[in-house]
Amino acid sequence: MNNLIALACGLLFGLGLLVSGMTEPQKVLGFLDLGGLWNPSLAFVMAGAVGVVAVAYGIARQRLPALTHTKIDKNLLLGAVVFGIGWGLAGICPGPAVVLLGTGSAKGAVFFLGLLGGMALFEQWVTYRNR
Amino acid sequence: MTIDWQHFTWFHALLGGVLIGSAVAAFMLLSGRVAGISGILGGLLRWQAHDRAWRLAFLAGLVFAPLLYAAIWQLPEIVIDASYPLLLIAGVLVGFGTRLGSGCTSGHGICGVSRGALRSWVATGVFIAVGIVTVYLLRHVLGGVV
Repeated sequence: MNNLIALACGLLFGLGLLVSGMTEPQKVLGFLDLGGLWNPSLAFVMAGAVGVVAVAYGIARQRLPALTHTKIDKNLLLGAVVFGIGWGLAGICPGPAVVLLGTGSAKGAVFFLGLLGGMALFEQWVTYRNR
Repeated sequence: MTIDWQHFTWFHALLGGVLIGSAVAAFMLLSGRVAGISGILGGLLRWQAHDRAWRLAFLAGLVFAPLLYAAIWQLPEIVIDASYPLLLIAGVLVGFGTRLGSGCTSGHGICGVSRGALRSWVATGVFIAVGIVTVYLLRHVLGGVV
């Protein structure tokens, strides 16, 4: 049952990304290009999504566990910087990268390979750090 | 600043956002989990991962979405200007960065921001700002040569 819920939510999430236009790197880069022709679309995607989820959090507040991590540390900031550079270079973030696999885009697949590589590198680094 | 009115599809953006938000909300209410894609994908790569099934199911949903979409509407044309080597490098940076920073556009940008988590507001502000600086350097300083 849990896997069926995950599959359905993934499907809906992917459809939302396609409808919103966020699987098109040009639109994402257009949002980040304040110095050129600016495309505000991504802000509307965030607003729509955050609006719905904020209401859901409001409903489920009592049932949710408290936030476990609240400290703004070096890893959070450094990670966001590294992610921001990669995002600005390609205009693709993890969700669209997975959806692009289903479109058969060769360039999307290469980005996805890099994504997996970066994540595997992180796991290696964590193992090394904890040794 | 000039607004790109021709490609500014506010209605589809808002509608798509509501669909994404519904998926995140349903996943949270029904499974009690945060639908952060970098966390779902990255968790698969852990050595002792014992919860691979639901992660793979969620990712399968994402991969199948274009097939379902194409059965009803026409898929948008995917134009990726970046070269193959640049895409590979960008992928590595996004993969490492989102795991180090515990989240991406979905985990921090949608889930955390909606919950009012300060960490996520800060992370989202940082990756958007750094993305803007990167695009500025790439397009307006280097002239998009890479």
